[in-house]
Amino acid sequence: MSYIKPKFRHPKLPTNALGYTVADYDGSISTLCAGCGHDSISAAIRNACFLSSIQPHRIAKMSGIGCSSKTPTYFLGKSHGFNSVHGRMPSVATGASVANRDLTYIGISGDGDTASIGMGQFIHLIRRNVNMTYIVANNGCYGLTKGQDSATTDLGSISKIGFENPFDGIDLASLALLQGASFVGRSFSGDKDQLVPLIRAAMAHKGFAFIDVVSPCVTFANHAGASKSYSATRENIDPMPLDFVPMREEIRTQYDAGTSQAVTLHDGSVIHLHKASSDYAANDRQAALSEVQTANAEGKILTGLLYLDPDSQNLTHTLQLATRPLNELGKNELCPGSHVLNSINEGLR
Amino acid sequence: MKQIKGINDFVVKFANVNGTGSASANHLFAKAIFRMGIPVSPRNIFPSNIQGLPTWYEVRVSSKGYLGRRGGVDLMVCVNPQTMADDVASVQPGGYFLYDNTKPLAQNLKRDDISYFGIPLTEMCMREFKAPRLQQLLKNVVYVGALAALLDIKFSILKDLLGDQFKGKEKLISPNVHALEMGYQFASENFKCPLPIRLEQGGNVAPHILESDHILMNGNTAAALGAIYGGATVAAWYPITPSTSVVDAFSQYAERMRIDAGTGKKNFAIIQAEDELAAMGMVIGAGWNGARAFTATSGPGLSLMSEFLGLAYFAEVPAVLIDVQRSGPSTGMPTRSQQSDILAAAYASHGDTKHVLLFPATPRECFDMTVQAFDLSEQLQTPIILMTDLDLGMNDWMSPPLEWDDSYQMDRGKVLDAKGLDEAENWGRYLDVDGDGICYRTLPGAHPDKGAFFTRGSSKNEMAVYSEKGEDYVQNVDRLLRKFETAKSYVPEPKTHPPIEVKKPKTKLKLGALFFGTSASPAYEAVEMLAPEGYPIDTMRIRAFPFHESLETFIHDHDMIFVIEQNRDGQMRQLIMNECHIAPDKLHSVLNYSGTPITARDIAAQIREALNTKGADVIALRPETA
Ligand SMILES: Cc1ncc(C[n+]2csc(CCOP(=O)(O)OP(=O)(O)O)c2C)c(N)n1
Ligand code: SF4
Ligand SMILES: [Mg+2]
Repeated sequence: MSYIKPKFRHPKLPTNALGYTVADYDGSISTLCAGCGHDSISAAIRNACFLSSIQPHRIAKMSGIGCSSKTPTYFLGKSHGFNSVHGRMPSVATGASVANRDLTYIGISGDGDTASIGMGQFIHLIRRNVNMTYIVANNGCYGLTKGQDSATTDLGSISKIGFENPFDGIDLASLALLQGASFVGRSFSGDKDQLVPLIRAAMAHKGFAFIDVVSPCVTFANHAGASKSYSATRENIDPMPLDFVPMREEIRTQYDAGTSQAVTLHDGSVIHLHKASSDYAANDRQAALSEVQTANAEGKILTGLLYLDPDSQNLTHTLQLATRPLNELGKNELCPGSHVLNSINEGLR
Repeated sequence: MKQIKGINDFVVKFANVNGTGSASANHLFAKAIFRMGIPVSPRNIFPSNIQGLPTWYEVRVSSKGYLGRRGGVDLMVCVNPQTMADDVASVQPGGYFLYDNTKPLAQNLKRDDISYFGIPLTEMCMREFKAPRLQQLLKNVVYVGALAALLDIKFSILKDLLGDQFKGKEKLISPNVHALEMGYQFASENFKCPLPIRLEQGGNVAPHILESDHILMNGNTAAALGAIYGGATVAAWYPITPSTSVVDAFSQYAERMRIDAGTGKKNFAIIQAEDELAAMGMVIGAGWNGARAFTATSGPGLSLMSEFLGLAYFAEVPAVLIDVQRSGPSTGMPTRSQQSDILAAAYASHGDTKHVLLFPATPRECFDMTVQAFDLSEQLQTPIILMTDLDLGMNDWMSPPLEWDDSYQMDRGKVLDAKGLDEAENWGRYLDVDGDGICYRTLPGAHPDKGAFFTRGSSKNEMAVYSEKGEDYVQNVDRLLRKFETAKSYVPEPKTHPPIEVKKPKTKLKLGALFFGTSASPAYEAVEMLAPEGYPIDTMRIRAFPFHESLETFIHDHDMIFVIEQNRDGQMRQLIMNECHIAPDKLHSVLNYSGTPITARDIAAQIREALNTKGADVIALRPETA
């Protein structure tokens, strides 16, 4: 399906610090099924970018293949996007990010795209700490190929055609924590109050920021017995709310001491977390892992910012890349010239 | 016994055990000949193993400057008891056999048509050197010393080379020089030196070589330098023989030449990927973002990269891939050379896909064509695959020096920056405004409101909007074909040579030979062998795919064409049949796929046989097309 988007815009739409309205962050109209969780993620990304006042054209949208991976068409129409091949977006994003370190990279993937065919690349993306936000729109099934179980389908979840999944699902958030991801969050497409600040924090983080978002597939995995349906998720969710306070903005909300924690990011913005329990600290990987695992064992879905290392060093640092993006360098910086070549020849005689 | 004679024209082969340091001694031998100004081509024929298996090193000396393999062995230097029987058998009648006679030679290894030279290498080294590692390593240097006496190598050159080799490790020079002298002395005292095969500086060496200032270098290093000079900033790769040394060399040069003077930071990124899929993905991501990026791989890697190559072809993203071919299928013979990825590369990926291939034949061309590959990939907005092979990539070749024109400007192709976008009317990513199939691309981040689009491997219309309309799809893939046509005028043209005059030709047929890459040198030599026999053969060296029009003309102008290549299935012949309008019967395959590079004698023999038996008459009677 294709829609023509109405061009009319309300003259008094609020603008952000750059003077953009939220409409400047729109994409084309979605062709996903009505009610698909992925559309809510698109909306959350759009709002997050608007609120954080990022220039739309300085964002690059990366994706693999799947319903989820199609979504970059549906937000940020002024940004370049790259819909690559199934499961391989991580490598494309890695190459793109070393070529131009100055853009903000947002990757959108699915649970099939990441946890099955793309698992290898995903792990290595974490390992390299590529500076990007990586969102998995996790519906526990292959939407685009019509509802097969995926690697994140939970044990015992019933598929649309009535089969019970006999395998343990992969918990991507735990995996990311184990592999050393410098930012790990989980959320629900239906909880925009949590998802929008989480995405904003992820984008402010200078390293690999992973967000696993439960995002129900209304067409193939929203029936009774499907563990990532809207109703099952709402029933089991255990959210840790959070607020994202950008750099230079006043912190207005009050938090009870002991139940909240403030973490300052690279760029000076602050993220305020409401903790699941009092001995939980967002920058303690072990604690985060244990908290997530405990919730998993109870059939609960713990959401929020699970872990953050605000001081992590990303790939540009590891590779000691020059400050100027590689794609801006020209002959003068790159080509050593004939005199050098002549001396190389000399050494080969 | 009639001994083989010859000045500056012979083949020496070394039989060693790998991991014993023989390669550097053998290289010393070859380099010394090179320094004497005599054309030499060394080849390492090694196993896929780190230590303990047989390995050979073949050194061809050719006054005329033939750098391909000739075939046959005149002098065998055998320090590997495991292979001695085969090594003895491989020497041509009248040839020479040098061996370690610390243990006496078995009776059954004695031939009466070759000359034997026993040197107690092990015994001498045990006596002279204390450290076990030196006892092993220097055995090799002792025989090089003996060869210096037997073949008339200038001793001072060998000493100079040792000095170069051990710069910074001076302690090692004196035991090495001592070992050389031990060998030299032993040979001088015990054998009649020099042999009837020997070297002579100047001598009969072809004038064009005497006058030149050749270098000795391998293709992988040359390609790596091409990547430096071509402005590559991103290299992503996964280790695989025989391509690994491309990135190793790139890394070494980049660490020297690409460090930002002010900050000490790097103007390049090298990423060892988790596999070849990821390597190709990284290259594509970087190319999409406007950086020059490349990967180097070999057969198995090429197979893994094919899905991504299809994406880059269809989404029109520049990328450079250096395929250093080895023998397949599957793991095949990983350390042996072939030209057997031609079809896999030309049509890599599913769907209607075609890729631009370049076929360098010398280190100089590895350098030039790698630079050109970066320009082509951006001009044509598509992957460019440089097709070299193990023989060219890993062996040292005598080559004209690398040259650089300081006025070179990188051709970034049709890219619209912010200004360009403001000036352009009605920009569409896939609008063919110039009619050459090449459209204007934009880079992420260039303009606040214009030029953004979604790069995808799925079908789209000219404005880069997803489309499953048949007309849009057809229009797009037809344009890609138009672009491939355009590529013909961008890629390097084939090379021909002046026809060879033959006084009394034995055939009325017009004969032609087509070849590429490392098949070229032995092919030229074979053609010169056949001319005095009454077979004049015109030659054309293919340097790129898509094929230039002159290739078809060449085929039409001849009655019988030999396609010389190093694979089983005649892949280049198939590609020509597929892409050109010609009668397949005209194309006669001359093949070698044993893993060791094709020899001139083998080519000549196959052509002779084809002409003498079925070939000539049958083909002459066939009606010609067009
Ligand atoms: C190499 C390859 N294999 C299979 C497919 C078919 N395919 C397309 S999307 C998809 C699954 C997508 O699942 P997921 O990533 O969870 O995305 P969703 O549609 O559920 O959002 C598959 C198997 C493909 N495009 N490429
Ligand atoms: S099939 Fe499922 S995942 Fe795909 S668009 Fe429809 S609801 Fe969303
Ligand atoms: Mg899914």
